[in-house]
Amino acid sequence: MTSIELAQASNAAVYATMIVLSIAMVSFAVSFALGRRRTAALPQRVDVLQSAGSTVVIDRPEPPAEVPLEPGRRAANIGMSLTWLAFFTLLLGVVLRGIWAGRVPWGNMYEFSITAALGILGVFLAMSIGRDLRWLGLFVVIPALLTLGMAVTVLYTEAAQLVPALKSYWLVIHVSAAIICAGAFTLAAATAGLSLVRSRLERKAGGADVTGWAARVPSSEKLQTMTNRTIAFTFPLWTFAVVAGAIWAENAWGRYWGWDPKETWAFITWVVFAAYLHARSTAGWRGDRASWIVIAGWAAFIINYFGVNIFVNSLHSYAGT
Amino acid sequence: MSNLTDDRRDVGPVDEPALPPLGSVGLLRWMWRQLTSMRTALILLFLLALASIPGSVLPQRGTNPLRVDQWLADNPTSGPVLDRFGFFDVYSSPWFAAVYLLLFISLIGCVLPRTRLHWRAIKAPPPPAPRRLMRLPMAEEFVVPGDVDDVLASARDDLASRRWRVRAGESPTANGGDGSCWVAAEKGYSRETGNLVFHLALILVLVAVAVGGLFGWKGNVIVREGSGFSNTLTQYDAWGGGRFVSPDALAPFSFTLDTFTVDFERGEAQRGAPRLFQADVTYRAQPTDAGEPATIQVNEPLSVDGAKVFLVGHGYAPHFVVRDSTGSVVFDDTVVFLPQDGNFTSSGVVKIPDASPALGLNGLFLPTATLDDVLGPISTFPGPDYPAVFLSAFKGDLGLDAGTPQSVYRLDTTSMEKIGLESLLPGETWTLPDGSGQVEFTGFQRWASFQIAYDPGKELTLAAAAVALGGLMLSLFVRRRRIWVKAVPSAGGGTLVQVAGLARSEAADLSDDIRAMVTHLESNGPAAERNPG
Repeated sequence: MTSIELAQASNAAVYATMIVLSIAMVSFAVSFALGRRRTAALPQRVDVLQSAGSTVVIDRPEPPAEVPLEPGRRAANIGMSLTWLAFFTLLLGVVLRGIWAGRVPWGNMYEFSITAALGILGVFLAMSIGRDLRWLGLFVVIPALLTLGMAVTVLYTEAAQLVPALKSYWLVIHVSAAIICAGAFTLAAATAGLSLVRSRLERKAGGADVTGWAARVPSSEKLQTMTNRTIAFTFPLWTFAVVAGAIWAENAWGRYWGWDPKETWAFITWVVFAAYLHARSTAGWRGDRASWIVIAGWAAFIINYFGVNIFVNSLHSYAGT
Repeated sequence: MSNLTDDRRDVGPVDEPALPPLGSVGLLRWMWRQLTSMRTALILLFLLALASIPGSVLPQRGTNPLRVDQWLADNPTSGPVLDRFGFFDVYSSPWFAAVYLLLFISLIGCVLPRTRLHWRAIKAPPPPAPRRLMRLPMAEEFVVPGDVDDVLASARDDLASRRWRVRAGESPTANGGDGSCWVAAEKGYSRETGNLVFHLALILVLVAVAVGGLFGWKGNVIVREGSGFSNTLTQYDAWGGGRFVSPDALAPFSFTLDTFTVDFERGEAQRGAPRLFQADVTYRAQPTDAGEPATIQVNEPLSVDGAKVFLVGHGYAPHFVVRDSTGSVVFDDTVVFLPQDGNFTSSGVVKIPDASPALGLNGLFLPTATLDDVLGPISTFPGPDYPAVFLSAFKGDLGLDAGTPQSVYRLDTTSMEKIGLESLLPGETWTLPDGSGQVEFTGFQRWASFQIAYDPGKELTLAAAAVALGGLMLSLFVRRRRIWVKAVPSAGGGTLVQVAGLARSEAADLSDDIRAMVTHLESNGPAAERNPG
């Protein structure tokens, strides 16, 4: 392929991803609108598991053999398949972009953004293997779609060579870790946000079952456990990303830490998630408050990505022109 | 800072009365307990995050002193107030230090007692089996062939081989006990070990940073092509060192900037973005050494004598020859001009005290010159495609004898008289309109700016950070858990076995461990009847 064809193919793949994701978003939304997940036919055992936290019953009774497929489930299945499709088309777009540029596709904010969207979808799909995360799909597809929308409208940059500051193998190490964190933090923020909504509805319901769309979502406690697991995985990775960045900074700028705005907000993100892990083991901070801390940490991450790159005079301003 | 888990406040004496005890010792103990509580740690973490924010919004002296001066000039009311409270040196301000020092004191106050407790827990055997094993959240009961001793020995070997800490025992028959024999096992002590190592390593990071701050130094210098630099204080444009650095005993290396190569993007996409910076130098570790060639690029510093030389910037240095009214040369040198924008519109001044009257030039160097209708003379590309200088000449008192230090990049024209304005291409000469002399723009050179840094704490910082990361991963990924196997002779022959487990860390799933034990015991003989628990 010629360079022009590669460019067109990469862009076409990104646009195709956005179309597929839009349909996936509608499917997930429809699945929320139609029916609830927990009907009388489904075993209540699931709820027992959730509320007991660590309770595991080994010889679980077989689920009822024939549960009729609700209309909502079908829509959610379609959404899931489309999300897989979108992941592969976006992967193609990112890879073609890299071939076009002749380097890792992380040279400017357009490239960071399409890869971050890939990270969001990738972490979600990886987590969905072996468990039912269809209820989370809508809240993953929306941020991925927004990220891609920002990328193609505001941040679009033609592929070009790297500026000298980015010519380092640390680009691959530091940025790939940060991109996986972007996906995982976004997922954690989604489950934390859902748990806040859910716990509000649970309080309103006052012990009775939550009805409406939120009935499709797991209990707030289950959501908090999921959030906690995601953060427990992401926090060391984020620590690694910051340390790798510091090693790179030492090599490029002659100091490993200089309170550049990017470094400062990376530090703030780290401290907020550290606070979250402490809050999980502090009385009075476990539930909704801990969820709010996750959202604050994710906000710090987003400020670091968009705010510092675009609005602040920082050594990390690689937004491209 | 992971889960300094669960019962941070249980650390310390538990038999204290609920009311604050009287007396200063009691008050101190109460304050210490407050400071080392998890809640305080949480609040201090939030404060640390909040306190970091202003430094990313306001310009900081440590990174950009010129922008701080600009900010102060633009905000004459709020500027000095903010300055008074250290908002332009946030990360070395007393209030920022107060937050992180309190956090570290709180951390030490928590980690040390926990280390003692954990040490005891590691040495202690696992606790005996609870009386009613089947009441635990994860439990299973089944019958296997073989007698009690064989089953328990087999369970014990299996657990030990999978690195569980094992203890065997027998329930007392008193108080309703059944006198059954059991094996207790515990695993995952490295969760708390990792947690403590992580926090202790953070203290080490702080110490290493302090070592670097006290014994390290860094300086910035601009070197023109063909010029040299030797590592003494007077050669630096800016230099800062720690308290224990003696500035007159710096490593005596030196280097010469032979050539500086720059390449800019010429394609449509990102036109003008830098593509290559390369400084070719000749360096000497000792003044008597033969010069060695080396290349310094961004991301590829030069290491010499413990210090590192980093390439951090570059620019243009136009060359001027100035003659006075008699035609004798009073100035013949390149002058460093500082870039003002991405296209290297550069400004600088030439001071000629040897002319009489003294002359001063305020100048703009434009690598690719254009005269914009609105903006005036600007450069449209960072490479020297159409270089030109725009000069305004002054005569009079340069103010150099007043005794106040002057910037070499600024002309004090308060007691000078403007002579005229002119633009010059390379090789052109401007005869000053009042006959006070001639200015020739002969061409230009490049300059490179280097940051030269010595940080004896950075290896220790990295090592401590690596240890911290390792500890963090242990503390988040390892599950602390207990498992018990109880065996009694079964009425129908064989042995009735109960296997149960208890997670000691949040959301730990023990079903794998229990299933493994069940499979192990059952595979030692034909599986007997199995009663789901």
